[in-house]
This record gives sequence, structure tokens and C-alpha cells, in this order.
Amino acid sequence: MEDERSFSDICGGRLALQRRYYSPSCREFCLSCPQLSLRSLTAVTCTVWLAAYGLFSLCENSMILSAAIFITLVGLLGYLHFVKIDQETLLIIDSLGIQMTSSYASGKESTTFIEMGKVKDIVINEAIYMQKVIYYLCILLKDPVEPHGISQVVPVFQSAKPRLDCLIEVYRSCQEILAQQKATSTNP
Amino acid sequence: MGVCPVVGSVLSHCPPSSFSRHKELLLFFLKPPSMVLKAFFPTCCASADSGLLVGRWVPEQSCAVVLAVVHFPFIPIQVKQLLAQVQQASQVGVAVLGTWCCCRQEPEESLGRFLEGLAAVFPHEPWLRLCRERGGTFWSCEATRRQGPGASSEDQVTLIFYDQRQVLLSQLHPPAVLPDRQVGADPTGTGGLAAVFHTVACSEALFRSDRFDEGPVRLSHWQSEGVEASILAELAKRASGPVCLLLASLLSLVSAVGACRVFQLRPLSFLGSKLSTCEQLRHRLEHLRLIFSTKKAENPAQLMRKANTVASVLLDVALGLLLLSWLHGRSRIGHLADTLIPVADHVAEELQHLLQWLMGAPAGLKMNRALDQVLGRFFLYHIHLWISYIHLMSPFVEHILWHVGLSACLGLTVALSLLADIVALLTFHIYCFYVYGARLYRLKIHGLSSLWRLFRGKKWNALRRRVDSCSYDLDQLFIGTLLFTILLFLLPTTALYYLVFTLLRLLVVAVQGLIHLLVDLINSLPLYSLGLRLCRPYRLAAGVKFRVLEHEAGRPLRLLMQINPLPYSRVVHTYRLPSCGGHPQHSWGSLCRRLFSGELIYPWGQRSDRQD
Repeated sequence: MEDERSFSDICGGRLALQRRYYSPSCREFCLSCPQLSLRSLTAVTCTVWLAAYGLFSLCENSMILSAAIFITLVGLLGYLHFVKIDQETLLIIDSLGIQMTSSYASGKESTTFIEMGKVKDIVINEAIYMQKVIYYLCILLKDPVEPHGISQVVPVFQSAKPRLDCLIEVYRSCQEILAQQKATSTNP
Repeated sequence: MGVCPVVGSVLSHCPPSSFSRHKELLLFFLKPPSMVLKAFFPTCCASADSGLLVGRWVPEQSCAVVLAVVHFPFIPIQVKQLLAQVQQASQVGVAVLGTWCCCRQEPEESLGRFLEGLAAVFPHEPWLRLCRERGGTFWSCEATRRQGPGASSEDQVTLIFYDQRQVLLSQLHPPAVLPDRQVGADPTGTGGLAAVFHTVACSEALFRSDRFDEGPVRLSHWQSEGVEASILAELAKRASGPVCLLLASLLSLVSAVGACRVFQLRPLSFLGSKLSTCEQLRHRLEHLRLIFSTKKAENPAQLMRKANTVASVLLDVALGLLLLSWLHGRSRIGHLADTLIPVADHVAEELQHLLQWLMGAPAGLKMNRALDQVLGRFFLYHIHLWISYIHLMSPFVEHILWHVGLSACLGLTVALSLLADIVALLTFHIYCFYVYGARLYRLKIHGLSSLWRLFRGKKWNALRRRVDSCSYDLDQLFIGTLLFTILLFLLPTTALYYLVFTLLRLLVVAVQGLIHLLVDLINSLPLYSLGLRLCRPYRLAAGVKFRVLEHEAGRPLRLLMQINPLPYSRVVHTYRLPSCGGHPQHSWGSLCRRLFSGELIYPWGQRSDRQD
């Protein structure tokens, strides 16, 4: 069962949240970030090439121009492959674990899976980010040594950065599944 | 059977339009909550004929790992014998978990009753019944537990498909190793997925027979189409025994010769500890001894280290041979020898110009003429000696270079270490100047600080290691103040010489450091692990990832488990070979402090630190 809603991120860009309920114990949340804008791409390319042309007029060396083209291409490919995240997905499966996937613009996918035995809770936390105070969803991991301690805080949707209304939706769904998980772990 | 508190919250939060969505949830919640049963099923058995499911049940995680399918017809006694054999060989509790049914259309009544009868022959809680329509995509799966006579309850099942070959061959790299966990401890306690990997990896005894074997029991698993083997690997294994023995004895002979008494005597041992070539050769000898040792690798980490060492040595020798062929072709050595002496001459000339500049008015500063002339003439005489020495050596340079070039066949690292040593030897005069300048400067600084204390009426108490006040006589104060003034006004000259020679020395040290960095890189890069990560990414696993397969309401959830490979940075970090120990021992702050106070610096600590 699928539905899609649109939210906004902390900077005001549009985000689309797609929710898929595969079964009562398995849910997936997919946040799509705004695409690479043509305007910013043109601006950066023009700046680099103008700077290269300026240097060329000073040095009269044509290597600078070819170097500028090379740098632009390599920079764009590197940006698409390593920096620009298109989609972030959170898959939560009862009694198995939580999986976070980030898909980059070049098609690369980077996945992290956390087993349910390590997850203590999912909470919404506040943080100071530059000049703003933002909310973010994070997974608290259990400390193997201390039963009531937390060993790590793993933030979710780090590059999409949705606002509180979106986070509350995701939080509620995740807590339903975690409540099931806690109930089964206390009743053997 | 308590009512789940979430039911109340769900009811209060649901608007009427989405009530149908929550109906499924409510139906689920009204049943007593039990842990969802996870059945790990190998993808290779998905199209196998009907039969029994054989595998391991992990009750703590409520997961059943299916390892193979036993086909009809079979004799139950033989199946039990086979399972007992496997259990003994692998220390893993293998049992019959349930039945597998893959047929053209809906199973007939007789087959259904026959399958149910099997549950009595092979008692196991819970009993799995997997069923798939041939050609269809959806599966049905039931797990029943017998609770008391006649009553049975069903569990919810999630099917997780895994690639048996990849899981067998892969090695999990946990993100952090707990300090109190012993090596070789049972990993099932740490996580459900580690238990799955451990089960599959230990059950090799089950996968030894394929369908061409005439055994009593017919199995289906990843090797049932034919056991994987390679002729080259088998031949290499057979040949490696005697070859390793021979080479290990040769290496022990070499190291015995190297450890003999002649080399322990003062001049040779001192030279051996200072030259980085000897250090590198010793390091390589250690590596070769590791590779050709007759002891088998005990765990995967040791095996990887051996393989990485072999790859590193091979790359080293290959690059060295390349360098050798480049050097010896087209009489490059002759060209090199011809340019070496003029370059040394040029460097000495530049140094002479520098000293002439210092003896004049360098950068507009006014030096003390007498001290300036003394120091300048002293260093100029040194350079003159050095030039004569170089000219004495000039006929032999080509021969020396030719023989040094031959050493490149031992490896590029040896050639680079030799290059670093040659640079050190050729710039020995700069090192000498630095030591003279530093000693003079340090003497001056010590004198100044001690006389400054006298000027203020204090004294250094060596017993108490602190500064105490002291009453001096008038003549002591007079002499002391006079000396202090002399030293103070001579300080700029000495400081300038010290500064110039320290900068030159630091330049040489930087060049040597770069060469050592390159040598270190070749020594410690884990090439085999990087190649493995590139070509067989499933072998080095950081974890797993799941994908939800096509789902229909009412059917069990199906997931595909794939291996998540380790990122390259972690591969390098985990499998780095230990380096030669040429790392700087001092931080930048302590280095600056030592430079300021005039102490001699050795940017990388040698094995035996020279006390000067």
C-alpha cells in the first residue's frame, strides 16, 4: 500500500515523502530531495570558465582552457557521484532491523543496516545547525556494556533535512513497529 | 495474552477515511504477540524438487537457516545419520526443519498427508511448510508449533532469500570489536546475522556431495550442480609444501649469516642501524619469512596478511625490474654518473656563494665582523675538503652506480632506500654544518640563560632542580655581566648561521622524508585486499542489505538479502601491513621547541637513538 505527500525541508525546498506499507511489520519511507538545478550548474560553469579565460589572457597558455574544461567535467562527475543525494529511504522491518539507503544522482547507492537487537529507540532530536535550530530523526543504539546507556546516535535523512511535520509522520509509523518489537521481546 | 496498548492509541488516532487501512493492523494486534519467524532460504533451492528442509534453528533470534533440501525418495535413518555426521564435523546443530513443496499445480491430498506424516518422523519445533507453485511468483509458508496435545499455533513467517555461495565465502567485518570478546568465541551471541553467516560457513560438510555422487541421500544446495574446484589451486597447494620448506631453510641460512658475530661489532652495527637500506632489507626478510613459513594460517586475518605480503613483494620486485630495465637501457647510468659530479660541484659552489653572502652583510643585517670571518672561513675550508673528496671519488662513480642499480632487482623499495642513503651521504657536509651551527648556538643559549640568571641574582640549583636566589661577589657579577654582554651581542651572527644551516638540513630531511613515505606506501598497502574488494566485493562484507520483493496481501513477506561490501577506506585501514617504523616521533610543537633551543633533531627515530 503506497501513498505520497509533499513536505518542505529546512531551507524551503520541496520534498516528496513516499510511504509503502508492505505488511504490518515492514514499512518503507522514501524522501526525494530537490533535483540539481540548471541555474546553479550554469552559474558554476560560467564562473570557472570566465576565471580560466582571465588566466589565459594573462598567461597566453592554452593548457589553462583545456584544464578548465577537464576540471569542470571531473568536478561535475565527482559531485554527482559523491555529493548529490537524490533519494533517502528508511526501511524498517520488525524483528530484523532498520535499513537506511542513500541514492546518489549518478545511481550509486550506499546502504547501512542496523540490527533490531542494537536499536534502543527512535527519537526526534533538536540541534543547532548554523544559525537555525532544526529537528532531526535519529536512531539510538544500545550500549553493549551498560544496559541503560546509549553507545551511538545515528541521524536519519541527513541530506534531505525535512521539517518537523514530515518527521512526526515517520516517527509515528516507526514507533508502532518498535512497540510491536518491544512487546514480542518481553513476551517470549 | 495482554491487549497491546498500541491498539488504543491507533484507534484514537485513526480518522474514519483510513479505517480500512488500520483494519489489517487491528486484526494483527488482536492476536497474541509473538516474534516473527524469519526463514533464511537459499536462492539456489528456489526451483528444486519437493523434499525436506535441512538447516539450523536459532531459538534466540527465532530464525531458521535452511541449508539444503533433501529430495524424495529417502530413508529417514540415512537422513538422520547424515545429519549426525554433519553435526559432528561442523559443531553446528543441523536438523530437519520442515518440508518444501514445489509442484505444478495445487498439491494433492495424498502429498499433503504424506508431508504431515513426516512431521512425526522428524520432530522439530516449529515445523515449517514452504510451498511454491512452479512458474508462480508467490510462496506460501506456514510454521506450526505444537502446544500441548492436539493444540497447535501458527507463527507469522518472513522469508529471506540469500545467495548461499556468497554468504559462505564472505567474511563479516563488525564495526567495533568489544575489548572483552575472545577470538574464536561463538559469534551467535552478538547478532542474528552473524549467526546466519557462521552457520553457513561451518556447514561445509553438508555441501561436499553433488548430484553426480551416488550417495544414499540426494541433496540440493549451491554446489549440487557440481563441486567447485580449480586444478591450478590444487597443484599450487601440493607444490607449496616442499617449496616452502626449501625456501624457509634458505631464508634461515641468510638470517643466520646476518646475525653472525662480525656484524655485531661496533662500526658495522652502527652503520647497519643508520642506513635505511639495511632496515628495509631486514623488513623484507621478515616478510619473506612470513610468506614461506610452513605453518598454516590459523584465521582469515592471518591468511589475508600473508596474501597482502605476497602481493606487496611481487609488486615491489616487478617495479624494481622495470626500473632496472629502464636504468640499464641506453646507457642511462653513464649519463647519470656524468651529471652527478657536476651537480655535487654545483651544490658546493652554491654553498660557497651562500657563505660569502653571510660573511658580507646578509639581508642588510650588520654582523660581528671577526666572528663572521672565523665561522665563514671554517665552513669554507670544510667545503673545500668535501670537493676534493668528491673529485677523488669521481672515477669510481659509474661502477658504484651500476652495482647500485643492480640492487633494484631486489625491489623498488630497496632502490629507493639506497637513493635516500646516497642523498644522505652526498649531503653529509650540510649535516656537519648543521651540527656545528647547532652546537655553537646551543652553547651560546645555555651560556646566555645561565648568565641572565646571574644578572638577576639567581642560580640554578642542580640538586633541587630549580632556580634559587644567590648572593654573588662583586667581581663575579662584573665578569658575569661582561660575558653576558659579549654573548648577547654575538648572538645574531651565530643565530643567523644556525638558521641558514638548519633550513638547509630541513630541506634535505624533507627530501629523505618523501622517499621514505613512498617506501612506506609500497610496504604497507594491502594490494590483495584491495583487489579482492574490486573483483569479488562479496568476500569482504561490512554488513547486509535487504530488498523487499514483490508482495501480495495475505502472503508472507519476502526479502532478498545481499552482501554490503566494505568501503575501500576501511579495507585499507583494516588490512594495512605494519610499516618499517619510520614515523616521526615528535609532534610539531616539540620539534619547534627543540629547534629554538638548539637541540639536535632526528626527525624519525632510528632503532637505536644516537646520543650525541
